[in-house]
Amino acid sequence: MILETTREALQSLFAESAPAVEVEAGAPRGNGVITRDYNAHGYHLDALVDAEQLLAAVQIIDQAGFFIESITGVDWIKENQLEVIYDFSRYDFDVCRVVIRIRVPRDLPVVPTITSIYAGANWHERETHDFFGIKFAGHPHLIPLLLPEDADFHPLLKDFKA
Amino acid sequence: MSAPIQLQPGETFILNVGPQHPATHGVLRVKMEMDGEYIVKAETVLGYVHRMHEKMGENRTYAQYLPNLSRLDYLGALGYTHGHVLVIERAAGIEVPERAEYIRAITVELNRLASHLFWFGCYVMDLGGFSPLMYALEDREYILDMLEAVTGARLTYCYYRFGGLYNDVDDDFIEAAKRFIPRMRKSLKKYAALVTGNIIFQKRLEGMGPISAEMCRKYGATGAVARGSGINFDVRKNEPYSVYPEFDFDIPVYHEGDSMARYKVRMDEMEQSLRIIEQGLAKLPGGPIMAEKKPKNIKLPVGDFYQAVETARGSFGIRIVSDGDKNAYRLKLRSPTYSNMHLFDEACEGMMIMDALAFMGSLDLVIPEIDR
Amino acid sequence: MSLTVLNVLVAVVIAIGFAALNAAYLVWAERRGAARIQRRPGPNINGPFGLLQPPLDGIKLMTKQIMIPGGADKILFMVAPVLAMAPAILSFVTIPFSDTIVAHNMDIGLLMIFAFASMGALAVLFAGWGSRNKYSVMASVRAVSQNVSYEIPMLITAITVVMITGSMDLKTITAAQTGGFWNWNIFPSLHSPLMPLSFILFFICSLAETNRAPFDLGEAESELVAGFHTEYGSMGFGLFFMGEYANIVIGASLTTILFLGGWDCPFGLFPGVWWFLLKIYLLIATFIWIRWTFPRTTIYGLLNLSWKILIPLSLFNLLLTAGLLKVF
Repeated sequence: MILETTREALQSLFAESAPAVEVEAGAPRGNGVITRDYNAHGYHLDALVDAEQLLAAVQIIDQAGFFIESITGVDWIKENQLEVIYDFSRYDFDVCRVVIRIRVPRDLPVVPTITSIYAGANWHERETHDFFGIKFAGHPHLIPLLLPEDADFHPLLKDFKA
Repeated sequence: MSAPIQLQPGETFILNVGPQHPATHGVLRVKMEMDGEYIVKAETVLGYVHRMHEKMGENRTYAQYLPNLSRLDYLGALGYTHGHVLVIERAAGIEVPERAEYIRAITVELNRLASHLFWFGCYVMDLGGFSPLMYALEDREYILDMLEAVTGARLTYCYYRFGGLYNDVDDDFIEAAKRFIPRMRKSLKKYAALVTGNIIFQKRLEGMGPISAEMCRKYGATGAVARGSGINFDVRKNEPYSVYPEFDFDIPVYHEGDSMARYKVRMDEMEQSLRIIEQGLAKLPGGPIMAEKKPKNIKLPVGDFYQAVETARGSFGIRIVSDGDKNAYRLKLRSPTYSNMHLFDEACEGMMIMDALAFMGSLDLVIPEIDR
Repeated sequence: MSLTVLNVLVAVVIAIGFAALNAAYLVWAERRGAARIQRRPGPNINGPFGLLQPPLDGIKLMTKQIMIPGGADKILFMVAPVLAMAPAILSFVTIPFSDTIVAHNMDIGLLMIFAFASMGALAVLFAGWGSRNKYSVMASVRAVSQNVSYEIPMLITAITVVMITGSMDLKTITAAQTGGFWNWNIFPSLHSPLMPLSFILFFICSLAETNRAPFDLGEAESELVAGFHTEYGSMGFGLFFMGEYANIVIGASLTTILFLGGWDCPFGLFPGVWWFLLKIYLLIATFIWIRWTFPRTTIYGLLNLSWKILIPLSLFNLLLTAGLLKVF
C-alpha cells in the first residue's frame, strides 16, 4: 500500500517515467525509481536522484512517515564517482524500505544536507564526511565525528593508503 | 522542579563528562555547557573506541569478517553476527536447516536476556543502588555458562556460520536452559519487588527524559527507546526473519516516553525472551545444523543487499555492496545505539545533570557499538 | 589542676582511639555487610574473616604520596580532611557511654555536638572549592545545601526532646529515660504523642547529615565521579573516609541517647555500656542495610523532602509538644 504511494510520489520527481524494471546488477542506470525484489535485496524501493532532487525526495519520504535508518557512502573509483546512500524505513507493519541514492563526481563531492528535514541525519552525514570526504552543503557542524578532530584523511576511499 | 530556567548570558561553564566517567559506561565524552546543575547545551563527542570495522569488512572475506561483528556490541554479540549471516545467506541464496534457525533464535534470545540483565544492573547502579547489579550478574552468569558450553566463548561469540552453526547444542544445554527459565522468572519477580516498586526509583524515572514518537522518527531511534515512546516497532515482528514468525510473543510498548517507560519495556522484554526460548526448546526439530549445498568460498552476486535484525539495543542493519568478489566492496553497519544516542544532545537540554545521566543510562549505551 | 588536664588528655586520647577504631572497623563491617547483601564473600583474605583488612588499608593509604592537583588551593585542600575528622573525634568527648563512662560531661553537650556537626559541611566546602575541580565544586555546593536543610529539622526534633527533659546535658537526657523501656523517648508519652514520628525524622536527618545513601549526593559517584573528594588520594581520602564513619557513630549515638534511652537496659542482663554499644551498632547496621538497598535520590527531591515535609512536620511536633507541656 505505502509502497505504491511512495513509489508514485518519488516517480513524480522525474520528468519522463523511467522504466520500473529491475536493472541488471552492476549495469549503469539512469535516474529514477526501481522496485527491487525484497527477498533478494532486503529493500523495496531504490531511487537514484540528482543533487537538486534530493531534498524534494527526502521531503516526500518524511511526509510519508518514514524514519531515517542510516546514511552512508560508496566510492565507485572506476566511474570516478562517489555515491551517497540514504536508508529509510517504517515503524508500522506496512513494511517498506526505501533507498535513495545520489551520485557526485569524486573531485567535487558536494551534496545538500538533509539535517533540516531529519535532525538525526546530523551524525550520519558527519560520519560520511569523515570516511569519504563528501561535503554536505549547509550542514551546521561538519567536523569529524568518529575520526580524530584533526583528521585530514578519508579512510573508506578506495585510494586511501594507511 | 527540573524545568529549564532563565539563563543569564556568560554565566555558564563547560563540563566534560567523559571520556572516563562512571556514568558513560565506556569511553564516551559529552561536552556539557552547564548553568549550575542545569545543562544548557550538550554535545556528544564520539570516536574514542573507533576501530573502522567497515574498512576491515572491505579487506577480509565474508567468513573472516564474522568475528568482527561480535566486537561491536560485547553484551549482545550474537544478534549482530546473526544479522551478518542472514545478509550473506539472503544474497548468496543459501538455505538454512530449520534446526539451525531454531538454535540461532534460542541463543540470540538468551544473549538478549544477558544483555538486558547487565543493563538492568548497571542502570540501577547509575542511580546509586549497587546490590541489584550483583543479582543481575548472578543470573547472567548462568546464561554465559550455557552459551560458553555451546559456542566456546563467553562474550565475543563467533557461533553462526553461513548456512548454519559451528556446533550443535547438546542435551546438557537444553536441560540447563529448561532449568534456567523458572529461575529467571523468579528473579524477574524479585527485581520488580526490589527495584521497580522502590519509591525513590520511581520518582527518579517517571517523567524524566521524555522522548516523543516524532523525535524518535526524526532521529531513527529503535529498540526499547522507540517502544518506550509508544512506537510498536520490533524488527522481529515488523519485518520477520529467521524463525521468529513461528513463535508466539508480544512486543511490550509503553506510551509515556520517559525513562520509566524504557525501563519497563526492557523488563517486559526479558519475559518475552523467556517465552521464545521456552517455545524454541519445545519445538526444536532434529536434523542437520549446516546447509548441505554451500559454496566453500562465498562470493556474492553483484548488487546491494540489506538485512535488519532486532538486537538487544534496537534495529541493527547491515548493508553489503558487492562487486562479485570474495569480500565486500562496501560494508555498512547501521548500529542502533548510534541513532539512540544521537537523541541525547537535544533531549537533555534544560535537564539537571543527575537526571540527564539517568536518562543516558536508560538509552542502554554500548560505546564500541556506537563508534564501531 | 594538672590532674584535671591529665584527665582531659586521657579522655581525648581514648575518644580518638574509639573514633579511629570504629571508623576502621566500620569500613570492614560495611564491606562485609554489603557483600552479605550482594551474595558475595567480601574481604576475607587478610586475617580471620578479613579482620586485618582495615589496618592494611590504613598502611596503604598512609604510605601513598599526597598529590595536590595543579591550581588547587593548597591550604584549603590540606585543611579540609583534617576538618572532616577533627570535629567528629571531638564530639565523642561529651557522649555518655554509661552513667559513669563519659570523657567530659557538659551542660550543653547536645549543643556542642550540633556545633561540631555543622563544621563537617565546612570541610566538604573547603575540599570541593580547594580542589579546583568542577565536579568537586558542584558536589560540595550540593552537600552544603543538603547539610543546611537537614540540620534544621534535626535541631527542631532535638529541641522537642530537650523541652521534655528540660536539659541539654546528654547525661540528664538519658537519665530521664531510665526505669523501664517504656520511658524511652521513642515511645509516645503524655507530653509528646508524636515521638515515634520524631524518631523517624531524626533518623532520616542523621542519614542525610552524614551524607549516607540514599542521600549521598556529595559523593554521587555515578554522576560526579567521587564528588568532593575526587582529587583526594592517600590519607587525605582516608581522613574523609574515617570522618564519615566517625560521623555515623556520632549520629547513631545521638539517636540512641535522644530516643532509645542511651545506656538504659531493658532487662539488665549486662552493664549499661554494652547496651549502649548494642543500640548504636544496631542503628549502624540499619544505616548499612539502607545504603545497599536504595538508589540515590535527586538533589531537588532531597531538598523538597526536607523543606516541604520534614521541617513542617517537625515544627508541628514542636508546637504540639510545647502546647501539651503547657497544658499538663
